[in-house]
Amino acid sequence: MANSADAVDGHDLGDRHERYDLAVVGAGPAGLAAAAAAAEHGVRVALLDSAPWPGGQFYRQPAAELRASRPQALHHHWPAFQRLLARLDVARERVTLLADHHVWSVTGGSGAFAVRALTGPDQRQARQLTARQVLFATGAHERQLPFPGWTLPGVVGAGGAQAMLKAGLVLPGRHVVVAGSGPLLLAVASCLVTAGATVPLVAEAADYLGYARGARVLAANPGKLVEGAQHGATLLRHGVRLRPRTAVVAAHGTDRVEAVTLGRLDAAWRPVPGSEWRVPCDAVAVGHGLVPQLELPLELGCRTRRLPDGSAALVVDAAQRTSVPGVWAAGESTGVGGVQLAVTEGELAGLAVAGQTAAPRELLRRRARQRAFAELMAARHAPGGGWTQWLDDATEVCRCEEVTARQVRDAVSELGAPDQRTVKLLTRAGMGWCQARMCGPAVARLCGAHDDGAPTRPLSTPVPLGLLAECDTPAPPSEGAPDDHP
Amino acid sequence: MVVIGAGMIGAACADALARRGMRVAVLDRGPVVGGTTGAGEGNLLVSDKGPGPELELAVESLRLWRELAEDLGPRALEYEPKGGLVVARDRQAFTELQASARLQCLSGVTTVEVPADALGELEPHLAPGLAGGVHYPQDAQVQPALAAAALLRRARDTGRVHLLAATTVTGLSEGRVETDAHGTLLCASVVNAAGTWSGEIAALAGATLPVLPRRGFVLVTEPLPPLVRHKVYAADYVADVASGSADLQSSAVVEGTAAGPVLIGASRERVGFDRGLSVPVLARLAAQAAELFPALREVRVLRAYRGFRPYLPDHLPAIGPDPERPWLFQACGHEGAGIGLAPATARLVAQLLDGEQPFMDPAPFGPGRFGKEQA
Ligand SMILES: Cc1cc2nc3c(=O)[nH]c(=O)nc-3n(C[C@H](O)[C@H](O)[C@H](O)COP(=O)(O)OP(=O)(O)OC[C@H]3O[C@@H](n4cnc5c(N)ncnc54)[C@H](O)[C@@H]3O)c2cc1C
Ligand SMILES: Cc1cc2nc3c(=O)[nH]c(=O)nc-3n(C[C@H](O)[C@H](O)[C@H](O)COP(=O)(O)OP(=O)(O)OC[C@H]3O[C@@H](n4cnc5c(N)ncnc54)[C@H](O)[C@@H]3O)c2cc1C
Repeated sequence: MANSADAVDGHDLGDRHERYDLAVVGAGPAGLAAAAAAAEHGVRVALLDSAPWPGGQFYRQPAAELRASRPQALHHHWPAFQRLLARLDVARERVTLLADHHVWSVTGGSGAFAVRALTGPDQRQARQLTARQVLFATGAHERQLPFPGWTLPGVVGAGGAQAMLKAGLVLPGRHVVVAGSGPLLLAVASCLVTAGATVPLVAEAADYLGYARGARVLAANPGKLVEGAQHGATLLRHGVRLRPRTAVVAAHGTDRVEAVTLGRLDAAWRPVPGSEWRVPCDAVAVGHGLVPQLELPLELGCRTRRLPDGSAALVVDAAQRTSVPGVWAAGESTGVGGVQLAVTEGELAGLAVAGQTAAPRELLRRRARQRAFAELMAARHAPGGGWTQWLDDATEVCRCEEVTARQVRDAVSELGAPDQRTVKLLTRAGMGWCQARMCGPAVARLCGAHDDGAPTRPLSTPVPLGLLAECDTPAPPSEGAPDDHP
Repeated sequence: MVVIGAGMIGAACADALARRGMRVAVLDRGPVVGGTTGAGEGNLLVSDKGPGPELELAVESLRLWRELAEDLGPRALEYEPKGGLVVARDRQAFTELQASARLQCLSGVTTVEVPADALGELEPHLAPGLAGGVHYPQDAQVQPALAAAALLRRARDTGRVHLLAATTVTGLSEGRVETDAHGTLLCASVVNAAGTWSGEIAALAGATLPVLPRRGFVLVTEPLPPLVRHKVYAADYVADVASGSADLQSSAVVEGTAAGPVLIGASRERVGFDRGLSVPVLARLAAQAAELFPALREVRVLRAYRGFRPYLPDHLPAIGPDPERPWLFQACGHEGAGIGLAPATARLVAQLLDGEQPFMDPAPFGPGRFGKEQA
């Protein structure tokens, strides 16, 4: 660390900070499983999550005042979640659960990482702790591909709609068109109809026929089939149609969405001319898959790989170790693969952190099987390059900075901007509040890439300047941390 | 002509050469503005420079920036002639600041002393208790990426400029530039505008140029209603720029932008190309900004970014022909002032190439001044 300003003053911080063996960032299925497995083997764990309750995207809990409404009605895996919580409870002397803690930076190296979080009302209180190792279980966020009218009120993320339902038990509308791509759409639609909405149709841009080619992988994942079948049965019962190779190519309305235009797509996701038709609705739930949330590990220099759908995911070894010593990862941060894979990876990572070198064979087998399934899904639902054809020039691609498709296209064609970063510099797309979480993948793909890019963000969430000013203490010295991050 | 590097300096050089009728290829191994130009700020400052060749270059450059803004339209560059305000924390700093301002006056800089009780008129949200300040009306700003892009566009519109992005220079000798993507380019002269990486380009030709990186972080806040009107910084900044020490130094320049966010930057450290996040460095920038503008404490910092300034040991750029290779023109090593100094640098390069009487003595920028041993 001699090279890093963090260690310029070089002195130890003494007892000013809480110390742990392991900081787990993210208390979704992966983080919960990792924390439980590690703590059961004697590791002192801090488990941090920005949400008010543990559970992550999948085991999202309703706000306390809504608790009575049987959240499990919307969950297929509620008992598994209860079991994880029970294990943490048994190990509670070694697990500090820090809910409502948004981690904005992790610095340092193996043996001494400084983890800085914001907490309290409006996230205006600082909390810092140190940990010998860190594990990123930060999950994923939804990939959005814009279309004309997508900024109208009533157009929501598919995952967002499900989250709203699980957390607040509110519906985004009464007649909800579900669209985009990925296995999530079925889950979202089935959640919506169960909660009382009508879903005129589910428009899936990819072609489900392709699953046949992965029949072996599917057969090896019976759980997934059962889950798919359950959603399928629910949708059938409610008369919901699934239309493959179909996309919402425009949303219409004045104050709020009133209808959508749907169009047939060819294999490259190009809209087929003349195939459009209109469907009335008062909400649209769209999502085009999930993209791992990587800003914290990227800042530490962790290596990534591209998945078949173009998303970037952390490279991990058999023990869930990233390329940076002392840094581990599990769940969607290593590639989107669903809740069961997240739990399996968390379990394996927790055991490895605790020094349990001989992982149970069954866990390893399960991970291999579930990963194969994840890769199959990623390949089937990879966005085709033709989607950009449904974007008209006036469509706002970056909502924060109000940058249109035309501006992005000009930067690409006139100045040869080849990537999201250059477009950002030339148009401001991605400079606003969400820091390109929303528009990044779309802009990267408008530049002609078949991937989502992976923008770096030194601060993973906005930090009040006054709090930042008080962080003028160096991170603790680490054990042989790399000083030049690639 | 071949210009290596499509950053601010390369863009300005391509434009200046093309306007003189030369045919130019601009090469960059990455995209346009993908280097330091896309990772810094766009302060065009005379206020931070003491009397000497750099200030002379800066005064001419700021004049040229005004012309460019008239020609291309201020919006194309996000040009804002907002002026700088340097403040002093105590009596002694104020006395030093006044003395240095008087010297700057002799070099063509306009300075206006501002007594403590008049600071509030210029900057209503400035902290109380400062000893005084100096107002520099010439200080201005551009958005560097847009400015470089605008110059490249104008150059290309002459019909004499080819932009070859994603093209790495792999070899260099008289009359020949070897590239990975476009084979060998034949040319009369080469302009090395490869910024922080110019030392590598020089080495390809067998020349020595000890350019090193100096890291800087910039903080960007959420968009705010107008709160900061000028470029405001504390007087110790002037000392930082000239410092030879490898430690962190920073005295944050605080400025509002047309888009709303306040920019706070930049720190200066010599840590090689270490991209690692340094929270204490960000913290110091934040603390300095909050000291000048207490209202910023409650404001959220949305993002931070970093870049690597190209610096030479004496903190002056290298501009002009290599002493042993008259075909190789250096235009690099502008450290934290490459945006501000770009138009005058380009003018100097063009004049030297054309064999014209240069507007100032280029000797202090001579690329031969480091000798051969100093790599
Ligand atoms: C909306 C939605 C619906 C889904 N529905 C299904 C479904 O029906 N079936 C299925 O199999 N899978 C579904 N999935 C996928 C499933 O949720 C994931 O596979 C699973 O949650 C992954 O677990 P994880 O622990 O990796 O990440 P997550 O569950 O996403 O947990 C990550 C956690 O990290 C926290 N976090 C992230 N960054 C920070 C930070 N900087 N500081 C503090 N905390 C942070 C987040 O708050 C979150 O709680 C869905 C995913 C989403 C997004
Ligand atoms: C944080 C920060 C704040 C700053 N603030 C200011 C400020 O307020 N005002 C100011 O005037 N200056 C400022 N600067 C400094 C300014 O950004 C630089 O001086 C300026 O951008 C240098 O421009 P350049 O064209 O020389 O270099 P660059 O923009 O780096 O361009 C060099 C180009 O050469 C290319 N290249 C390198 N090697 C090769 C090769 N082998 N083949 C082909 N191409 C190659 C690179 O890809 C790059 O695009 C700041 C810098 C930083 C880091």
